[in-house]
Amino acid sequence: MTANVLLFKITLLTYFAATIFYLIGVISRKESVRLAAVWLLSGGFVLHCSTLVARWFATGITPVASLYESLSFFAWALVGIYLIFYLRYRTIMLGAFITPLALVLMIIGSAAPKQAPALNPMLDSWWFPVHVTLAFLGHAVFAIAAAAGIMYLLQERMLKSKKFSGLFYRLPSLDTLDSMNYKCLTFGFPLMTMGIISGAIWANSAWGGYWRWDPKETWALISWFLYAALLHGRLTVGWRGRRAAIFAIIGFAFLLFTFFGVNLFLSGEHSFRNFTGQ
Amino acid sequence: MHIVIVGLSHKTAPVEVREKLAFAPTAMERPLRLMLELAPVAEGLIVSTCNRVELCAATKEPEAAMAALRRFLAEYHEISTEEINSNLYSYQGEEAIRHLFRVASSLDSMVLGEPQILGQIKTAYGYAAEFKTAGLILNRFLHKAFSVAKRVRTETAIASNAVSVSFAAVELARKIFDRLDNKAVMIIGAGEMCELAARHFVTNGVSKVLVTNRTFERAEKLAAEFNGKAIPFEYFVEHLAEVDIVMTSTGAPNFILGQRQMEEVLKRRKNRPMFLIDIAVPRDIDPKVNSLDNAYLYDVDDLQGVVQANLKERQKEAGKAEAIVEQEIGQFYQWLGNLEVKPTIIALRRKLEEIRQQELDKTFGNLKDLTDSQRRSIEAMAGAIINKVLHQPTAILKRTQNDTSGEDYVDAVRTLFDLPGPTGDDKEIKPLDDTDQE
Repeated sequence: MTANVLLFKITLLTYFAATIFYLIGVISRKESVRLAAVWLLSGGFVLHCSTLVARWFATGITPVASLYESLSFFAWALVGIYLIFYLRYRTIMLGAFITPLALVLMIIGSAAPKQAPALNPMLDSWWFPVHVTLAFLGHAVFAIAAAAGIMYLLQERMLKSKKFSGLFYRLPSLDTLDSMNYKCLTFGFPLMTMGIISGAIWANSAWGGYWRWDPKETWALISWFLYAALLHGRLTVGWRGRRAAIFAIIGFAFLLFTFFGVNLFLSGEHSFRNFTGQ
Repeated sequence: MHIVIVGLSHKTAPVEVREKLAFAPTAMERPLRLMLELAPVAEGLIVSTCNRVELCAATKEPEAAMAALRRFLAEYHEISTEEINSNLYSYQGEEAIRHLFRVASSLDSMVLGEPQILGQIKTAYGYAAEFKTAGLILNRFLHKAFSVAKRVRTETAIASNAVSVSFAAVELARKIFDRLDNKAVMIIGAGEMCELAARHFVTNGVSKVLVTNRTFERAEKLAAEFNGKAIPFEYFVEHLAEVDIVMTSTGAPNFILGQRQMEEVLKRRKNRPMFLIDIAVPRDIDPKVNSLDNAYLYDVDDLQGVVQANLKERQKEAGKAEAIVEQEIGQFYQWLGNLEVKPTIIALRRKLEEIRQQELDKTFGNLKDLTDSQRRSIEAMAGAIINKVLHQPTAILKRTQNDTSGEDYVDAVRTLFDLPGPTGDDKEIKPLDDTDQE
């Protein structure tokens, strides 16, 4: 087992421990549980950073070329963006959604083949890391938006029906959740837009064409339109709250499908098979 | 020394009895002094609130003290003992400690977890300290009770959710708006309930208050109280879009606000959420308004429901609080037991014996060629030193054990010689400033 794969496994275990503490934190009010969760996750994140760097040195290309690598990178972006949000909102509930998601990505990643991707002239471009990094950061931000959306719907449902479970006391206020939705949109949308543009430029330099309508491009574009509609609705006609939350959840479902569905079920230029020659 | 408590509370006595036995908060000196004059009572403290009266004393004869306190309570209020006997409870030892810890932690309150009781006990202790009726034992006891109450408040959620209708409204508003400081409230109908809730909103940061009422003068009067603005009743709908929170309590027989109007208002607000509180019976706002996106309508029953749910949540936390109390009782009880003279003298002697043995071993290790008789005389000398050193402290401990100052000496000896056992922490006397408010 190479060093970077070992580091990956340790990171996975740390995320696993963090997930457990986050889930306990949903029930318990103990400050120590919250702190343990956040510190474990932060520790896992540092480990994850070194995993990625070690992988980069081992393979010589940005570690997002195989399914294993990109899952790991996605999880990394997710945890990193969550930790940034934590600094601002201090809510453990958000982490209770994000950490398990990152853990699942890591577990799927650990099942995927880990050999280094075959060298491919296409990957030898600066646009490749730029495109992939922007796209994944955008995905991560939208994952937060979706988690905030789910929390919003839960909280709104309790406030409307006037039936309160223990969750009511722990979820952030509707206003906080809605402002998270807006923040995510203002960061995520530019990231996604730049991700798509940089991808088009990369495609042009690699294949001599900006857009080829392969399934991933099509689905990404659909998701982009969805988020564009939400942003537009928010800014002009005052879409907010419930509707914005539902949009954020559907949007992220599309993104997940774009990422998994296209790689696993459909074939196209974005499928990892083309990179790794499997 | 023992701790005893004689008292009555809302659980054992109806208000007609409680009001007869209450002590006036402005004149605590006389009853405290009288209580201390009772033969078996060494230290005394009186807690008197509208829900309970507690006479707490440190004594050497618990049974006699409890009887004396019962008589004192009756005689002071000029009532016959028989009349109130069935309403009184008395506790001693561990039970007394548990009782006060529970009372201070608000586990025995009418509204579980209400914060006032701790402040009331602090005030009561303030008087006992001022008139010097509390000594070493009650000082420690009360400070321990305060720290137990504090632990309960921070480690459990027993006091975290509102249990009154007007506070529940503020809490719900926080769940919707997060911060209230840039929010605006409209009060429709200048009823008492609305006024109370509005006051809570204002103390929690709401900056803008609009008031409307069928009689404009009343609206103006109430508006002046909150530094707000009065609006003629005919035009209030036009101002609704400016406010985030609406409270209604008019005597109108029909709805004064319908779904259609609210739809319009929300559109004008660009869907910014609105919290509507309808405390009027019959209701002022069409319940269908609650089905509109971003409008949250609560009537009196809904708010009562929230209060009930919060109470249930508090009850769940009470178990955890009881566990904390149990933990702390053991510690304090042990400290109290350690104040006995005899075990203290034994512990002190054992401690010095240990030192003697250690030092002898060290010395004999260095002086290998001593004869047996030389060793014996060195041992005897060390023993004599201990006896001489211990003579005076032991004599004082024995002589003072029946005085009020006895415990002070015992406690000092335990601290100075670092004798095993809890030293009764929380020694620092905190200023009585935590005025708790829900």
